[in-house]
Amino acid sequence: MSTERGRIRVTGFDTDRVTERDDLSDWSEATTGGTESRWRRALRRFRHNRVAMLGVYVVAAMALLSFFARPVTIAGITVQPFSIAPYDPSTILYLEPGSTVGRYDPPTLAHPMGTDASGRDLFSRVLVGGRLSISIGFVVVGITATFGLAYGAVAGYYGGWVDEILMRFVDVIFAFPGLVLALVIVALLGGGYWPLVIAFSVPGWAGYARLIRGEILSVKENEYVLAAQALGARDRSVIFRHIVPNAMAPLIVQASLSIGTVVIGVAALGFLGLGFEPGTPEWGTMLDQTRETLIQGPGGSIPWWATVFPGGAIFLFVMAMNMIGDGVNDALDAQEVGNVGQGGGG
Amino acid sequence: MTLLEINDLTVNFYTEDGVVTAVDDLSYRIESGETFGVVGESGAGKSVTALSLMRLIEDPGRIESGEILFKGEDLLEMSEAEIRSVRGNEIAMIFQDAQTALNPVYSVGEQISEAIRHHLNYSDAEARDRTIQLLDRVGIPDAESRYDDYPHEFSGGMQQRAVIAMALSCDPDLLIADEPTTALDVTTEAKILDQIQDLADEFDTAVQLITHDLGVVAKICERVMVMYAGRPVEKAPVEDLYYDPKHPYTVGLMSSIPRIGDERDRLQTIPGTMPDLVDVPPGCAFHPRCPYAEESCAQKQPPLVDPETGDAATAADDRAAACLEYTGDLEGELEFEVSVEGEDPLLEEGQDAR
Amino acid sequence: MSLRRFIAKRVLLIFPILFGVSVITFALVHITPGDPVDVVVALNPDISPAEEARLRARYGLNDPIWEQYLDWLVGVLQGDFGKVIATDRAVSTVIVERLPETIALGLFGWVFAVIIAVPAGIYAAVRKDELGDHVSRFLALSGISIPNFWLGLMLILVGALTLNLWPVLAPRTALYSPEMLWYLLLPGITIGTASASTLMRIMRSSMAEEMNKEYVTAARAKGLPERTVVLKHVLRNSLISVTTVAAFLTASIVSGSVVVEQVFGWPGLGRALISAVSNREIDLILGITLFIGVAIILANLVADILYAVLDPRIRYD
Ligand SMILES: Nc1ncnc2c1ncn2[C@@H]1O[C@H](COP(=O)(O)OP(=O)(O)OP(=O)(O)O)[C@@H](O)[C@H]1O
Ligand code: SF4
Ligand SMILES: [Mg+2]
Repeated sequence: MSTERGRIRVTGFDTDRVTERDDLSDWSEATTGGTESRWRRALRRFRHNRVAMLGVYVVAAMALLSFFARPVTIAGITVQPFSIAPYDPSTILYLEPGSTVGRYDPPTLAHPMGTDASGRDLFSRVLVGGRLSISIGFVVVGITATFGLAYGAVAGYYGGWVDEILMRFVDVIFAFPGLVLALVIVALLGGGYWPLVIAFSVPGWAGYARLIRGEILSVKENEYVLAAQALGARDRSVIFRHIVPNAMAPLIVQASLSIGTVVIGVAALGFLGLGFEPGTPEWGTMLDQTRETLIQGPGGSIPWWATVFPGGAIFLFVMAMNMIGDGVNDALDAQEVGNVGQGGGG
Repeated sequence: MTLLEINDLTVNFYTEDGVVTAVDDLSYRIESGETFGVVGESGAGKSVTALSLMRLIEDPGRIESGEILFKGEDLLEMSEAEIRSVRGNEIAMIFQDAQTALNPVYSVGEQISEAIRHHLNYSDAEARDRTIQLLDRVGIPDAESRYDDYPHEFSGGMQQRAVIAMALSCDPDLLIADEPTTALDVTTEAKILDQIQDLADEFDTAVQLITHDLGVVAKICERVMVMYAGRPVEKAPVEDLYYDPKHPYTVGLMSSIPRIGDERDRLQTIPGTMPDLVDVPPGCAFHPRCPYAEESCAQKQPPLVDPETGDAATAADDRAAACLEYTGDLEGELEFEVSVEGEDPLLEEGQDAR
Repeated sequence: MSLRRFIAKRVLLIFPILFGVSVITFALVHITPGDPVDVVVALNPDISPAEEARLRARYGLNDPIWEQYLDWLVGVLQGDFGKVIATDRAVSTVIVERLPETIALGLFGWVFAVIIAVPAGIYAAVRKDELGDHVSRFLALSGISIPNFWLGLMLILVGALTLNLWPVLAPRTALYSPEMLWYLLLPGITIGTASASTLMRIMRSSMAEEMNKEYVTAARAKGLPERTVVLKHVLRNSLISVTTVAAFLTASIVSGSVVVEQVFGWPGLGRALISAVSNREIDLILGITLFIGVAIILANLVADILYAVLDPRIRYD
């Protein structure tokens, strides 16, 4: 068939004329918008996502409020002098001279969220209460994402028995729900800021490692990586120059969705009475105290405000964080990350 | 008898980057029992045209205007239930990529017989028998035992045959074959094309064959429409198209057919690529790639006209082209020439095509 | 490779993981300073140093750590997880006693999650970008964002204290009785909400992804009614991933139970773990953690096998 087709001959269709002449119009293939880089495009999409931007504002507002709620002093030097919260979160107000404040006062103008079991101002406590959980959330995600990235990159890049051993260990970590592992670690190390960071970092990195390894296995087959190897680039530079940037998108999605998980987890340990000293102004720890009163109900009246406000603050923050996470996911066109196990903090 | 007549069909896609006019003011007709070719490069809007015929354009796409008269009735005016009784029953489609068109989790046989049960009210056993006959008819060996196989257990060629069997399952009057052979190797391609031709004759089915291969068109079509950037640029009976093409794009496509055993001439491909339809060049959309383009081509959009008279073409016209040459707006000449060497290929090939 | 061989291979693969899990649990507890005898001594200051040493020897706490691990492992393999020092009861007895409570709670939560999530996910995918989709997505996002302990407290506040429909703490009647279903409602919803929301989001996105595939257009081109296209063709494909995710949700439900049992005073394994942690009952912590680890490994194994069974394309390699 093909030889017979060859018997029709076309002459005079001179394509050189197209390449040699000047453009006849302003139109050119480059103006079709395909040139925008992936990240720029993602940023533009994210900015246009109203839900995600609302999340950004809420998270920023809550983080700033908790930071500026009370002065921050590091080693005796005040680094943050502002004080938005009307009262000191740990001052027991009814012990103050001339005070009319009691325990479990309902919300009033002076105490918009009422007072707690020890007569402390709940509004001030809720404002300050985000400091610990929010900052632990960001620190843990920073640590785990970095470590998981390196771990997964090594496993995926080298493959073979290195991969086999490294990933078996990841499987072992995955056999424990994150919260249970964190609980056991906190039980052993005791509570406090850094023990909690450790407790949530130990189970947290495995998810990133598995994700990055998978991404790298698929990116690795790309020609430019093979080309770089053929040109004799060193392993490390191949991993970090070529592979990692491509595997970033799903990592960022996972990280933004994980912050909420850690914040809930920290609050959960606080609620279980394992995270911090009782009385610490931290959202979860504050709820631990109120559980007792819910179950007994002091003298018939129920101090609902002591439950509603601290928990509502956690909910609001995590919700806003997840709105950002979903927005990042849509903007980067990454696949939906399962994010199994939020709410349980695991 | 005219089986299908399409008038002024326009289909838009509302994408993030802007409105894409994938099919722009398209008109053509298909007679009962004939084989009609639609040719064009990737992105010309061929598949969108095909899906429009079954009203299967999905979000973010929309059929903006026009009419699709099938046996005299406008498909675009039909209710959901009415159009469903046409789909698969009177108009059936062979998809471009058989592998993705088959549902991976149901057996091939089930996917064919479900249409038979639905449209023809066959019982399970009757539908099974008919499916096995069809599978056998399209050349799947040992059809009875392959009935329960999953798509991934079929080779590419067998998947394509299964999809053909599926399309033929309810004796449609019109078969839309969307590049039925692009995913296949050359030998399988030839066999499948022969088969589509035979089956169309046997069942007296009209075929709209979509392809980007003019060789395939020459082999089995009677009339052809060439599309560029969502618009028809030339319509002609197949012999005319070959021996006397009127549009520079058609000529470009012909000169880019590989010539085996002909080393005198290097392969002439059309420079550049089909434009992204979000941003179509002004004037004649082909002008950035056309060797004969002039200033006026970038300003005036050439209408589809009868090349002899310069009068506007309608769906009934057999010969039409959209180039400023035929409206008298082009200063230069279209200096291409088609010559035939040796005996006439179309007579041999064309003869057994009919 | 046949399905049977694939399963056999997957089953063999869990042994190294089980070993790793046992090592990690054991190491965690033993690397940190302090042991149960310290606790006993702290509680009874009049225990003499001689008595203290005798206790240590009795529990083998003076042996090298690997020997303690081997002793423990041999015991575990024979079903002996050690003793709860404070009450002198076998750890295995405690686990067996508490387990049904947790299973009842977890199962309720799991069933609740599936019943809510599957129809909601289908609905949202079919009505993509319409009002119903936005509402159900908002609810699902709230569901994964709400801390389960707070949700539990709020349910008590509203359901038990305000509406008086439930007692604050469930009475101790027979666990598998019809009225227990009623008492399980609040803790069950609390434990199932996060899973329901996760599952719904996955259901929706996998349905929406499948809806864009060409086989769906092909099914429509056959003239099948939309109902058949969605409930037969699309659903069957997205159920492959959803079923495996549902099995993976076990981990989330287990960690949920730790918190939720504490909120509702539910006498299950999770609550036992927390009291073991506060009393430093090493054998009990080890036993429960190991038990949880094994349960999750098995659930993941089931997920893998389900995936292989449900997807005819899978090549078992
Ligand atoms: N779902 C969609 N969303 C957005 N744009 C679309 C969609 N489907 C088609 N298009 C637009 O319509 C144009 C024509 O597409 P179509 O699939 O009809 O091309 P084709 O001629 O069949 O090409 P091919 O030979 O590659 O199959 C595409 O270039 C694209 O811009
Ligand atoms: S109108 Fe101009 S650019 Fe278009 S095909 Fe004719 S000569 Fe070429
Ligand atoms: Mg196509």
